[in-house]
Amino acid sequence: MNWLTNFVRPKLRALVNRKSVPENLWDKCPNCSQLIFHRELETNLYVCPHCNHHMRLSAEKRLKLLFDGGDYHRIELPKAPADPLRFRDQKRYADRLRDARARSKEDDAIAVAHGTVGGIPVVVAALDFGFMGGSMGMAVGSGIVAAARLAVTQLAPLIVIPASGGARMQEGALSLMQMPRTVVAVQEVKEAGLPYIVVLADPTTGGVTASFAMLGDLHIAETGAMIGFAGARVIEQTVRETLPEGFQRAEYLLEHGMVDIVVTRRALRDTLARVLSLLLRREPTPDLLEPPRTERLPAGRRPPEDNAHVALPDDTPGA
Amino acid sequence: MKNFLDFEKPIAELEGKIEELRHLSGEGDFNIADEVSKLQDKTEKLLRQTYQKLTPWQKVQVARHPDRPHFNDYVAALIEDFTPVAGDRCFADDKAILGGMGRFRGYSCVIIGQEKGADTGERVAHNFGMARPEGYRKARRLMELADRFSLPVISLVDTPGAYPGVGAEERGQAEAIARCIDTGLGIRVPLLSVIIGEGGSGGAIAIATGDVVMMLEHSIYSVISPEGCASILWRSAEQTQVAAEALRLTAQDLLGLGLIDRVLPEPLGGAHRDPVETIGRLGDALESELKRLIVQDGGLLRRRRRDKFLEMGKQVTP
Ligand SMILES: [Zn+2]
Repeated sequence: MNWLTNFVRPKLRALVNRKSVPENLWDKCPNCSQLIFHRELETNLYVCPHCNHHMRLSAEKRLKLLFDGGDYHRIELPKAPADPLRFRDQKRYADRLRDARARSKEDDAIAVAHGTVGGIPVVVAALDFGFMGGSMGMAVGSGIVAAARLAVTQLAPLIVIPASGGARMQEGALSLMQMPRTVVAVQEVKEAGLPYIVVLADPTTGGVTASFAMLGDLHIAETGAMIGFAGARVIEQTVRETLPEGFQRAEYLLEHGMVDIVVTRRALRDTLARVLSLLLRREPTPDLLEPPRTERLPAGRRPPEDNAHVALPDDTPGA
Repeated sequence: MKNFLDFEKPIAELEGKIEELRHLSGEGDFNIADEVSKLQDKTEKLLRQTYQKLTPWQKVQVARHPDRPHFNDYVAALIEDFTPVAGDRCFADDKAILGGMGRFRGYSCVIIGQEKGADTGERVAHNFGMARPEGYRKARRLMELADRFSLPVISLVDTPGAYPGVGAEERGQAEAIARCIDTGLGIRVPLLSVIIGEGGSGGAIAIATGDVVMMLEHSIYSVISPEGCASILWRSAEQTQVAAEALRLTAQDLLGLGLIDRVLPEPLGGAHRDPVETIGRLGDALESELKRLIVQDGGLLRRRRRDKFLEMGKQVTP
């Protein structure tokens, strides 16, 4: 029941989407307010070097960071009916869409591409929280369907990276119907015997969580990501008590059994490559699986920021 | 009638007058009988006028009317040998979603639905029809049971939405709803869904992925409550009526958008004025649809159901 669509932090969007960046630019972390040299932020995958805050990414940046060598082919998505209800709140939906398109240079809040991750051919669908809160209307629903079909055609695993405030209210019940639509898409992938991996990014809430985002063969979450169904404010108003610490954060969901693995952004690609190679019974590709920047240490002794938090107790054999 | 809506006040006044006159009248008092009959005609005319052109916001109020028949009323009138099941086999029995086996007009079936409760005590017991993960997991269990024994499933939707609470989140509200949708779209038996009152967002679609989805004439089905929409998009509770219009949440809207298959007419003045007639009509509609679906191959049913949802919205033009 989280239908937030327009609470994107403008500062953050400006930070992440800025096209040409002067050499000497400093950015401020929205979490700890420390200044970060822009170049450093970029090489650090938009993770704050001071507090490890994982900043939100545009769909395009997501794809670039995930695919081997930043190489991928985006596919054209079917055009969705624009503003089917002629919806108007304080602003016309048509205008909101136009503005979001102009700002992002994207048609809607989803991008679908294929390429390789750790040498394994995959299809990736990434949602863009910067585009109307990553909200799911016809376009996002159709994007997920298209991604699923592409995965089935290519016999490739499907990786979906939701980052969404939920349903796009401006499309009324049409947006609600994207829940069953995307679930059918997931069924098609699973029935083809292909892995379906969900990478939960900050934030994933509402109708997106309650449909394709919670049906993965595996749920991998970026550290600190907010993941839930109802919005924290709605819950607070309902239960009239303060929420537990870390509520709806990736680590909290791991503890409650809703996600399998919590990773840092730096460890994400390797984690994906590893689980896919295991599921598909492929040989690991050592070069690509080597964690960048850090020495490989025996299991259990890796530095915490680069260690995938696997949902097994530390003393479990093989954990 | 115990409860009147604001816009029903003129009707309530007329009906009050009729009651008074009836108390006054003795045997064979033709003047009063004549007057009563005139007032009754007037009431009916007024009802017709009012209910023919209900605004979306008025429909929201009718859909939420406390005297409107609820899940238990339909089960009591339509289902023989009703045998409820309890629990999700994980954590608890959620009384916001009820369900079980029974016989509907001779057909063994599974029936599921949200129950809002008829009085204050019941409403609290049923959590106002707002289910927690356990409710959706129970619904899933029931759909799987139906699938295993080739029983058709009837789902009656009436919920403000899934319950927003700490425990519900911790136990995977989103996952429970997602899986419920998944199961509803996966079973190889007929699934007939009817929105009988309020179809509140994800909490409603969880059990409304039917081969045929019907809505009662004055029921609503929406991605968000008009109140929630107004507070988010307009940042003002005063815009609730405007939001109700913008959301296109009436049965007629949904049919026009191709998102449901059929609208079931309610008796004059809404389901709450004549629950018996409403339940009977709904039963007839269910029976005719069930007769059509039950002879179809399960695999084919499932494929068509999934295709139907995949195609939704594609033909919509503003
Ligand atoms: Zn920071």
